[in-house]
Amino acid sequence: MATTRVLEWLGRLYIWLLLAFLYLPIIIMALMSFNVSPFYQLPFEWTTEWYASLWQNDQLIAATWNSVEIAVITTIVCTVLGSAASLALYRYEFRGKKFLQALLFPPIAIPWLITGTAMLIFFFGVGIGRGLHAILLGHVALALPYVIVVVSARLQTFAPELEEAARSLGANQWQVTWRVTLPWIMPGVIAGGLFAFAVSFDQFVVSYFLATPGQTTLPVEIYAAIRKGFTPEINAVSTIIIVVSMALMLLTARFFKFGGEK
Amino acid sequence: MAAATASRSGLRSALPLLAPAYLWLTVAIFLPLSAMVFFSFMTELPLSGKPWAFTLGNYAAFFSQSLYLTLLLASLRLGLEVTLWCIVIGYPAAYVLAKVLKGRSREAIFLLVILPFWSNGLVRIFSWAMVLREGGILDTALNAVLPFKINIDLMYSYPAVIIGLVHSYVPYMVLTCYLTLQAIDDSLIEAGRSLGASRLQVLKRVIIPLSMPGLVAGAALIFVPVVGSFMEPRILGGRTGTFYGTVIEDQFVAVFNWPLGAALSFILLAVVLVILAAASPVLKRAA
Repeated sequence: MATTRVLEWLGRLYIWLLLAFLYLPIIIMALMSFNVSPFYQLPFEWTTEWYASLWQNDQLIAATWNSVEIAVITTIVCTVLGSAASLALYRYEFRGKKFLQALLFPPIAIPWLITGTAMLIFFFGVGIGRGLHAILLGHVALALPYVIVVVSARLQTFAPELEEAARSLGANQWQVTWRVTLPWIMPGVIAGGLFAFAVSFDQFVVSYFLATPGQTTLPVEIYAAIRKGFTPEINAVSTIIIVVSMALMLLTARFFKFGGEK
Repeated sequence: MAAATASRSGLRSALPLLAPAYLWLTVAIFLPLSAMVFFSFMTELPLSGKPWAFTLGNYAAFFSQSLYLTLLLASLRLGLEVTLWCIVIGYPAAYVLAKVLKGRSREAIFLLVILPFWSNGLVRIFSWAMVLREGGILDTALNAVLPFKINIDLMYSYPAVIIGLVHSYVPYMVLTCYLTLQAIDDSLIEAGRSLGASRLQVLKRVIIPLSMPGLVAGAALIFVPVVGSFMEPRILGGRTGTFYGTVIEDQFVAVFNWPLGAALSFILLAVVLVILAAASPVLKRAA
C-alpha cells in the first residue's frame, strides 16, 4: 500500500505545518522582545533591556499584581463553590436539576462582549460600580461553569458504592465526603482550579469594561499600550504572560485529560 | 447509576451546596443580562441624574440607520469566513491526529495543538502584528526568497483580521472534530474500503457524516465569539476593522450611549441564540 504510506506522510507534514502556523508568530514575538531595535529592525542583536525596563514600569507592575491577586482569589472561590455545586448535582435528584445544569452553558456560550457590557450596566446601575471588586465578581462567574463541568466529569467516574461502603462502616456524611469522595475527585478539582486561574488571568474583554484607570489588570494595560503603538516592552510582557499560561496549561493537562484517550 | 444514592433527600440537602454558586451566577451573569434588556428600552441610564423614559428609539436606531445592519452583516460574514477557514484547516489536522498518528506522538501533538487555546488571546493577536507589518517577518522572509521585490503589508487589512481570528480559533475545531473522529470505529472504514468504495467515497459517506456533530460543535464555538469580536479587528484591522463588535465597544467606552449599546448587544445576543438553537439538534444527537 504505497499510496497509504504517501498519504500518511503528507498527513504528518500537514500537522507540522499547522503547528508552525500556530507557534511561529508567538516565537517571533518572543524573539523580538530580546532584540535591541525598538522598531523591530533586523539584524537581530541580543538584549534584555526591555525586560529590565519592565521593572521600571510601576503601572504595569501594579496591574500584574492585580491580575495575579484576582486570579488566585477566583481560583479559590471557584474551586470551593464549584466543587460543592458539582457534588450536589451528582448526589441528589430533584426537580429542576436539568434546568440548573443547562444554566451553566449561557455563561460559556454567550460572547464575552455581551456578558461584559451587561455586567458594566448592571454593576453601575445597582451601585456595585467598577474596579477590582467588580472584575473579581465577574471573573468568578465566568470561571464557575468551567469548574463545575470539569469536576462533574470527574465525578462521573466515581463509584457510588464506595460512599455506600464507607457509610455502612459507620462513617457520617461529612467523613464520607472528606475521606472518600474528595480524594477521588481531587484531580478534577485541581484541573478545575487551574482552568479557573487561566480564565481569570487571561481574561481581557470583561476586565476591560469593568476596569477603571487606577484599578486595572495586565491584559487591559497591554491593550491600552498596543493601541498607543507597538514597543518591545509589550513583547517582553507578552512573552512572560504566554510562558506562564502555557506552563499552567501543561500542568492542567497532567491532571485532566481533555476527553482524549480512554 | 447514581439513582441509588440519589433521590434519598433531594433538593433540601442539595440546596446549601448549590446556593452559593448559583447565587453568584445570578448576581454576576443572569441579572446583568436581564438588566441589559431592560436598559435597552430607556432613553438615559437611571442614576445618571438625567431624566429618563421608556423608548423604542434604540431599536429604531438599529433598523433605521443602515450602518448598524451593514456592520452586523459584515460581522456575520466575518464569522462565516473564519469558521470556513477553521474547518478547511482544522478538520484535516483532526483527521490525521485521530486516524494516522498513534500512541505517544499523538498525545504530544494533540497537546501542542490545543496548548495555545488557553493562552492569552490578546497576546496572540498582537504577535501577528509582528509578522504582518510592512518590514515585518513575512515581508523580510519573502523578499529574501523571491528574486523580485514585493511589498507585503497585510497589517490593517481585512485579511489580517481573518488570519488573526483563524489562528485564535482553529484549535477549537481541531479539538471538537478530533473527539468525534476518534470515536469512529476503524472497522467501519475498512468495511467500506473492502466493499469497493474509494477513499473519497468513504470520506464522503462514512467519515464526514459520522463526525458531523464535532464539525457543528466546532463551528458554533467559533462562529459565536467571532461575530462578537472587537479586540482582534481593532488591533489587526486598524481603520478597516470596524465591525459590529467594535461599534458596541464604542458605545460603552467612547460615545457613552449605554442604552444604544445595550440594544445593540441584545440584538447580537438574539442572533447568537438563534444560531445556537439551530445547531442544537445536531449537538444533542452527539450527546
